Amino acid sequence: MSAWETVIGLEIHAQLATRSKIFSGAATAYGAAPNTQACLVDLGYPGVLPVLNAEAVRMAVRFGLAIGARIARQSVFARKNYFYPDLPKGYQISQYELPIVAGGAIDIVLEDGSVKRIGVTRAHLEEDAGKSLHEGLGSLTGIDLNRAGTPLIEIVSEPEMRSAREAVAYMKKVHTLVRYLEICDGNMQEGSFRCDANVSVRPAGSDQFGTRAEIKNINSFRYVEKAIQYEAARQIELIESGGKVAQETRLYDPDKGETRSMRSKEEANDYRYFPDPDLLPLEIEAAYIDTVRAGLPELPDAKAARFVGQYGLSAYDAGVLTASRDLADYYEAVVRAVPEQPKLAANWVMGDLAAALNKEGLEIGSGRLPAEALAGLLARIADQTISGKIAKEVFEAMWAGGESADAIIEAKGLKQITDTGAIERAIEAVMAENPAQLADYRAGKDKLFGFFVGQVMKATQGKANPAQLNELLKKKLPG
Amino acid sequence: MIHRQTLTQLAADLRARKVSSVELVRAFLARIEASQPALNAFISVTAEQALAEAEAADRALAAGRGGALAGVPIGHKDLFCTAGVRTTCGSRMLENFVSPYDATVVARLKAAGAVVLGKLNMDEFAMGSSNETSYFGPVRNPWNTHLVPGGSSGGSAAAVAARLLPAATATDTGGSIRQPAAFCGITGIKPTYGRVSRYGMIAFASSLDQGGVLAASAEDAARMLREMAGFDPRDSTSVDAPVPDYPAGLGEPLAGVRIGLVRQFLDQGLDPECERCVREALAVFERLGASLREVSLPNIPLSVPAYYVVAPAECSSNLARYDGVRFGHRCADARDLQDLYKRSRSEGFGAEVKRRIMTGTYVLSAGYYDAYYLKAQRVRRLIAGDFERAFGEVDLLMGPTTPTAAFALGSKTADPITMYLNDIYTISANLAGVPAMSVPCGFAAGLPVGLQIIGPHFAEQQLLHAAHRYQLETDWHLRIPERFA
Repeated sequence: MSAWETVIGLEIHAQLATRSKIFSGAATAYGAAPNTQACLVDLGYPGVLPVLNAEAVRMAVRFGLAIGARIARQSVFARKNYFYPDLPKGYQISQYELPIVAGGAIDIVLEDGSVKRIGVTRAHLEEDAGKSLHEGLGSLTGIDLNRAGTPLIEIVSEPEMRSAREAVAYMKKVHTLVRYLEICDGNMQEGSFRCDANVSVRPAGSDQFGTRAEIKNINSFRYVEKAIQYEAARQIELIESGGKVAQETRLYDPDKGETRSMRSKEEANDYRYFPDPDLLPLEIEAAYIDTVRAGLPELPDAKAARFVGQYGLSAYDAGVLTASRDLADYYEAVVRAVPEQPKLAANWVMGDLAAALNKEGLEIGSGRLPAEALAGLLARIADQTISGKIAKEVFEAMWAGGESADAIIEAKGLKQITDTGAIERAIEAVMAENPAQLADYRAGKDKLFGFFVGQVMKATQGKANPAQLNELLKKKLPG
Repeated sequence: MIHRQTLTQLAADLRARKVSSVELVRAFLARIEASQPALNAFISVTAEQALAEAEAADRALAAGRGGALAGVPIGHKDLFCTAGVRTTCGSRMLENFVSPYDATVVARLKAAGAVVLGKLNMDEFAMGSSNETSYFGPVRNPWNTHLVPGGSSGGSAAAVAARLLPAATATDTGGSIRQPAAFCGITGIKPTYGRVSRYGMIAFASSLDQGGVLAASAEDAARMLREMAGFDPRDSTSVDAPVPDYPAGLGEPLAGVRIGLVRQFLDQGLDPECERCVREALAVFERLGASLREVSLPNIPLSVPAYYVVAPAECSSNLARYDGVRFGHRCADARDLQDLYKRSRSEGFGAEVKRRIMTGTYVLSAGYYDAYYLKAQRVRRLIAGDFERAFGEVDLLMGPTTPTAAFALGSKTADPITMYLNDIYTISANLAGVPAMSVPCGFAAGLPVGLQIIGPHFAEQQLLHAAHRYQLETDWHLRIPERFA
């Protein structure tokens, strides 16, 4: 069997987090009763006209600047013509020949830790379509136009990804970026962030592209990975058994874990794009671009680099902690409260806290355990009031009850015993209770040292300071 | 007789309380009713609503209030959306469509106090030059009911010519205000593209459509236009520039004004009698102190083919929304979605609209776009350049509005090309976006002839002024067809 290379390009659709639609004043909020957030413009009524939402433009410019792309001084809205019941005007207003954002790049980290740069061909503004509803309507199809006219930015990558993993890493990076920029809520279940994957295969080492299939509308990272893996395997198998890949649009069925054909190239629509005469070309001034640039937040890559330098974190940890702006902000809030312990803070945020959030399906921004509260716990570890082991117990109580670390330590009497006299008394009691073990130890069975540590810890409910305990045992056991 | 008075006189008499709006509305409604079998100028007459509005206008006037057009009866071409009153666009597709909102033009005229008597007949979706494509039947020319009134604003023009109304709104995509004005012997102005909001004006070809006025005189048109024009934040192509007080600017002398006679408008297709009327009109302008020279706009012969690519292209997309799903005609018992689309559109649209949708779809198709649509856009820029150069030499351009006077009903319906050539002198102003008027300038074999006046962008004031000065010297615009005198 020859070796094959998979070639992947993604088209990501991110709904922009504007309050109103891209060409009308109707609200964009998700989840309203069907057709209650569609005004006459969204319904394509006779005589109505589109007016561009300036906030959508600002958001697209933010994205373009964040990926180092060119912002077109003049871009043009075009009509993409096709008939579909959820497309009220019979055309979608999009950008075709002159998009607002062109050229740009996104860096992803590969499994071996190396960085790969993925080119972004373009990103353009367009309106979303409505939705067809099939459930609970028998043989009928319902149309909900609440989503019609919601602003989208379509981000088109170069075909530069070579595995499903890379594609997922790229998609996650874009997801991180749009949320950093506060231009998209990133909610994939609600369809705010979704993608089409163009997949082809070719013999390893070839410089020709194979025929590609486009897998439409995938709305989770996991599905993207599975859909691409399935599709690449399907194409390889097809070619190896003497077949040819057809250029077509395919759908991913997550229940069956497979892609299947939607329509072939021959059946594809001729969209008859032409510039929308209802909208003038969009002109963007240099001064405006500068203003938007000045308002950009610190971006994930810059933040990760700073975390490595400022807090001495590994590149991996810095990457994890900067994957979302909320997480990075939380981490830094913890570090501000315990400035001497950046690594301890990183371990706790990525470890126990992440696990607890994950278990309950919560986001870091949920406010469930404020950064100050976690910092309160870390401060007690740092000043040796409690051991790391006890800290886990305190954390669990904090998570469950919402009280402060100090209150829990106090109430449960978990304060570490650092009083030499107290530890000595505990050691003496354990020695007295275990004469046989003591004799064996003194006869040279060094392994029993651990036994005594355990017994004293047990007697002190784990509160004895481990370092002090070690030292005192070494002095006392030999007799 | 009330109906012979101009809008300007009526507005003044209303304000002076010499006449009431209710009296006016009753008188005009009676004329409309009497004329309807012969002319078919109206698709909807809103008598009750008009009388209620007239009473309100009279109360406002009695209290010393009311806008510039308080109590003045007008009508709207039936593609301006009017809340609560159906807006058909002359099509079966919208036979029962009632708009939930008012077009900006409708709202502005309402705010000025105008009283709407009804909605005027038109070619279906404004596609036509004879008003014969209306689903509601053709409109007839008040000068001779065997003849067409012109189109697409045929109902508006016939109604004003027969003095069923002092003025009406209209739209002009390739000559749809000026050509019917010429055929019916009245005054019409197509303003600069962007001067009047298109919001609520059902689209035919968005980059060419412009709302305007049909009235008895330039002065009346000026009064209407002052209320209609101006920036509208709901129309991205409307222009944010101040609107001059058009009526106040009329009456300056014409001495020193440079007039260019467009050589390409004096082609072999021009009827000699029409040419005679135009030349006599130009002589009047010379007497008034204007200078006259011939000007060449070499790309004008390309305007008809360019127009018949651009306009159908835009229309094919603009009319896609009429799919039987949310509003408009829906076929009975659709089997499935494709059937719903096909039959609703096949039944709802007439032949001319279908022809243009098909032409437009074709020129935008993959493989044809560059050869047709892009080339037409290039021609459009050439024509705009011709006008720009011409307006470097002269202040106004003049020529005939149409090659001939009104023609007989049915005489051109078999051959769309001869019908399209009727707009040969008017289309270029739409392609360039410049303002243009048609003013009555005589009669050819007993039928009115129009003089076309074209100006640079936003020169409405100069156009109206020139037309008004001409109308102070002539009485062509005061002639009324005998039957309606």
